[in-house]
Amino acid sequence: MSSLATTSQLSSSLTERRLPRWMPAVNLALAVLLAVAIGAGFNLSSKPQWLLIAAILYVVIQYVTSAVVEGRRHAKNYVATSLVWVAFLLALLPLISVLWMTISKGIGVINANFLTHSMNGVAINQEGGGLYHALIGTLEQVAIASLLAAPIGILTAVYLVEYGRGNKLSKAVSFFVDVMTGVPSIVAGLFILSFWIIILNMPFTGFAGALALAILMLPVVVRSTEEMLKLVPNELREASLALGVPKWLTITRVVLPTALGGIVTGVMLAVARIVGETAPILMLVFGADTINMDPFNNPQSSLPLFVWTEYSRGTDQSQARAWGGALVLIAVVMILNLVARGIARWKAPKGATR
Amino acid sequence: MKLQRNGRTKALAIGALAVVSSLTLAACGSDNNSNSSASSSPAAGGSSAAASSIACSGASGQLLGAGSTAQANAVTQWVKDFQAACSGVTVNYQATGSGAGITSFQSGKVAFAGSDAAMKPADVAKTEGTACKSGGKGINIPMIGGPIAIGYNLPGVSNLVLDAPTLAQIFTGKIAKWDDAAIKKLNPTATLPSLPIQTFHRSDGSGTTANFTAYLAAAAPTDYTLQPNKLWAAKGGQAANGSAGLAAQVKQVQGSISYFELSYATQQNITTAQIATGASAPVAVSTDAASKAIADAKVTGTAPDLTLDLTSAYTTKADGAYPIDLVTYEIACDKGNAPATLPTLKAFLNYISSTQGQTSVASLGYFPLPASLQAQVKTTINGLS
Amino acid sequence: METPRDTSAPPSDPQPSKGSQSAAPNLAGSSPQRGGSSLSDSGRTGRRGDAIFKFASSGSGVALLVIMAAIAAFLTVRAVSAISADHGNFLTTSDWQTQADPITFGIAAIALGTLISAVVAMVIAVPVALGIALFISHYAPRRIAQALGYVVDLLAAVPSIVFGLWGALFLVPHMIGVNAWLNQYFGWTYIFHQNEPGTQPRSLFTVGIVLAIMILPIITAVSREIFLQVPRAHEEAALALGATRWEMIRTAVIPFGRSGIISASMLGLGRALGETMAVATVLSPSYVINLHILDPAGSTIAQTIANQFGESQGTGRDALIAAGLVLFVITLLVNGAARLIIARRKEYSGADA
Repeated sequence: MSSLATTSQLSSSLTERRLPRWMPAVNLALAVLLAVAIGAGFNLSSKPQWLLIAAILYVVIQYVTSAVVEGRRHAKNYVATSLVWVAFLLALLPLISVLWMTISKGIGVINANFLTHSMNGVAINQEGGGLYHALIGTLEQVAIASLLAAPIGILTAVYLVEYGRGNKLSKAVSFFVDVMTGVPSIVAGLFILSFWIIILNMPFTGFAGALALAILMLPVVVRSTEEMLKLVPNELREASLALGVPKWLTITRVVLPTALGGIVTGVMLAVARIVGETAPILMLVFGADTINMDPFNNPQSSLPLFVWTEYSRGTDQSQARAWGGALVLIAVVMILNLVARGIARWKAPKGATR
Repeated sequence: MKLQRNGRTKALAIGALAVVSSLTLAACGSDNNSNSSASSSPAAGGSSAAASSIACSGASGQLLGAGSTAQANAVTQWVKDFQAACSGVTVNYQATGSGAGITSFQSGKVAFAGSDAAMKPADVAKTEGTACKSGGKGINIPMIGGPIAIGYNLPGVSNLVLDAPTLAQIFTGKIAKWDDAAIKKLNPTATLPSLPIQTFHRSDGSGTTANFTAYLAAAAPTDYTLQPNKLWAAKGGQAANGSAGLAAQVKQVQGSISYFELSYATQQNITTAQIATGASAPVAVSTDAASKAIADAKVTGTAPDLTLDLTSAYTTKADGAYPIDLVTYEIACDKGNAPATLPTLKAFLNYISSTQGQTSVASLGYFPLPASLQAQVKTTINGLS
Repeated sequence: METPRDTSAPPSDPQPSKGSQSAAPNLAGSSPQRGGSSLSDSGRTGRRGDAIFKFASSGSGVALLVIMAAIAAFLTVRAVSAISADHGNFLTTSDWQTQADPITFGIAAIALGTLISAVVAMVIAVPVALGIALFISHYAPRRIAQALGYVVDLLAAVPSIVFGLWGALFLVPHMIGVNAWLNQYFGWTYIFHQNEPGTQPRSLFTVGIVLAIMILPIITAVSREIFLQVPRAHEEAALALGATRWEMIRTAVIPFGRSGIISASMLGLGRALGETMAVATVLSPSYVINLHILDPAGSTIAQTIANQFGESQGTGRDALIAAGLVLFVITLLVNGAARLIIARRKEYSGADA
């Protein structure tokens, strides 16, 4: 550590010249003006290009002014800040665009009838019909898959972090969890198809689909839970064990609650990943146009399958239904997400998160 | 475990509560869509009148079918009318693709399969003893025909005429510009732009591709030398998923050309090419023109199998006969169908092969089988056991 | 290491004691027939509970391994039967003709396409995702940050088929200008050269962008949680030494979260490699080896399986499963590599618990 240099810098930084607070705004305006000038001057037709030029110019101008006034370290800080902002704005663009497209195309068909009726007896070039059957199917299949995958996944993560501690089994499990994330949904579907449907000779049911979805969920749950458990400070465990609390109670009462927020996020991510799966549903659940409340008997439908089949039917009416289905699907995941966060906040130890 | 469960039950209870409440909120869920169907388009309706003449004879419970995407829209219509007439019956057909449908049928998971191509002998063998008990085997029953339209996007050109060799050369990349001499020769009056031709084919395996390539191979054997294939085999060109995907591309891209079922062209208002077949005038795509071409297709299967040979349709020179067609099949067992679903299967197949069933899907871009063939199909269906 | 842990512990300090308090009566209640002193009692039940819990958790791990082994065995058995029927070389053939008479297929083109699209997706998604995660954890005001976190999670909720349709109907037309620009100014880099300018940008590059957007929320969500767990004392120490915010992030936050960031990226990569519907809708696939990533060519393994599954039977289906096995092996190799990186960097990692 060059402590001398640091202290000298430190002392100077208190009195160092800083950029005025209005400077970034001025620089931004300057960058936008320049970009417009360049865009118009070179006759660049695409607007995103103008935006890109403005963004780059802003970062450069900000860096230069800051470097001149405050020194390089602060200039770098500005660049990093701008890049973080740019990253954020970049991510917002597609999100807004996707949501806008789904909402504007889907909102037209959404009404009480759409939400409470099935597609039973609706011709492809007819309006009306609904996705109640698909909504029921999705909720039941995802619920079953979560009930299968979440306990196994969380327990596996507990084993990896609390018991395994780098022994051979935990290394193998940990490695294959990573590999499992790469199993494409269609392969998971094929596996359940040949194992459950063909070898065990089971019929097409919602449960068969839930099995494949559970396989897809498992690695995401394990991975994210493991990361969260690793971040629980050792002192908590040690304090609890020192008080004579058995290890398993320490885990269930101290470690898991502390990490609950992250675990719930992980489970919700996993749910979000599987809720939009089409391929295994088509293979295993088969699909249906009528309401089937029983996930253990007879085919069901599901929202992504509804979206896919309605889209491929190709008529205006069915494509409108497809976008409506997509909108409902997003809304369902959103609601599930909210509920899960509510639970996490309610169960989380007070003051442990910030 | 107890303690942990204690903690988790609360969370679970809330989750369950949320799910249950969302279900009860919408618990008025209903399969009854008759209100909406009565109020909307009469073209698709007519079910109440139709209902009376559909014979339900013993049909009950749930009938599963899977397969061809090309006949999916027709089956949806048939199911709607059939279920309206026979209460308590559910027919569930899923467009999983012909291959997946046949595989499901072979393992006895569905009562019938839909396929765009007749099942091959090797596949028939796999149905014996598994799907079809008591010495039966799977048979191909032709059910409905559909013309394949050649859709294109060329501003200012609305009556494009093409023939089989030109089509073959366009889709194999030998003709690259719209103002190519070969196209000009067929369209002497049109003002053809000097745009590059962007061909689009199916990226997924499909019976439409199989029939289109079979047409090219039969009608332009010197220009299309590849085997007819469910997977697009020629090099070059761009691809898209499903007929809906192709139609979307043609609509979007200037200078594009592609092939899809007629209904996709009509729905998306895509201009379609006329085909010069050697008849007195080029033929525009329509269900009537296609059904003319299919009129003398020969049955090559041995009864009760009714496999069709469409070569005569592909190479037709009859006036007003459109050559690019497909006929889709239903596949069921001649003997040894599952006893529980047999009455429903027979009733449903009987309805869809009846004149009423065959004509009810005309507005969706399908055409009925020739009358003589319809009679054979009837005999076959009545003989199923 | 000691000081930061100390400061992060107090807030949750009451928890263990509370836990043990509520634990004791419950334990006693669970074994009423045993009337001994509560201390030894809880000790014994605790030990048994420990055994049960350890058994359950290691059993879950083993169950996971069994599932993986079953999947691998299933893939291998079917793949072997397909490869023995293959008339081409499975590793070097680029064509995929399973319906033609001499069945010829190979993974050369589709494996390459899978890698290209995944690399493009990762190159775009990882920096952006880390930026968003940092933004949410360290830059945005707290209230806004929570809302933003929720908004990004929302992106994860959009089903892949919607991304596919959005990509095909919205993104592709908007990529025409970008493609032309890249081709014009960066054509010399070979990879940005277009063989046929003016074709639709339904290329591996566009697919990579769509995949990047799809995996963004996964990487963001996991790394955000990790950044939020960085001991505040680490950060305050860095700031107290006069570090700017960026220096604090570079010296305190990133090293702490490195293994987590790599894990998060692997999760994202897994989805990018295995995505089917979105790729199938956006890409114009062809079975040729083409390194010009702006051309509408190339295809991915998952996309090939999805596109051809419906019309495949017998050997054709097994061939697709063989492709699935290759994807499996690719994931295995990539993850192995990532593990090596994490292991080498371990000494810097704060997350050693």
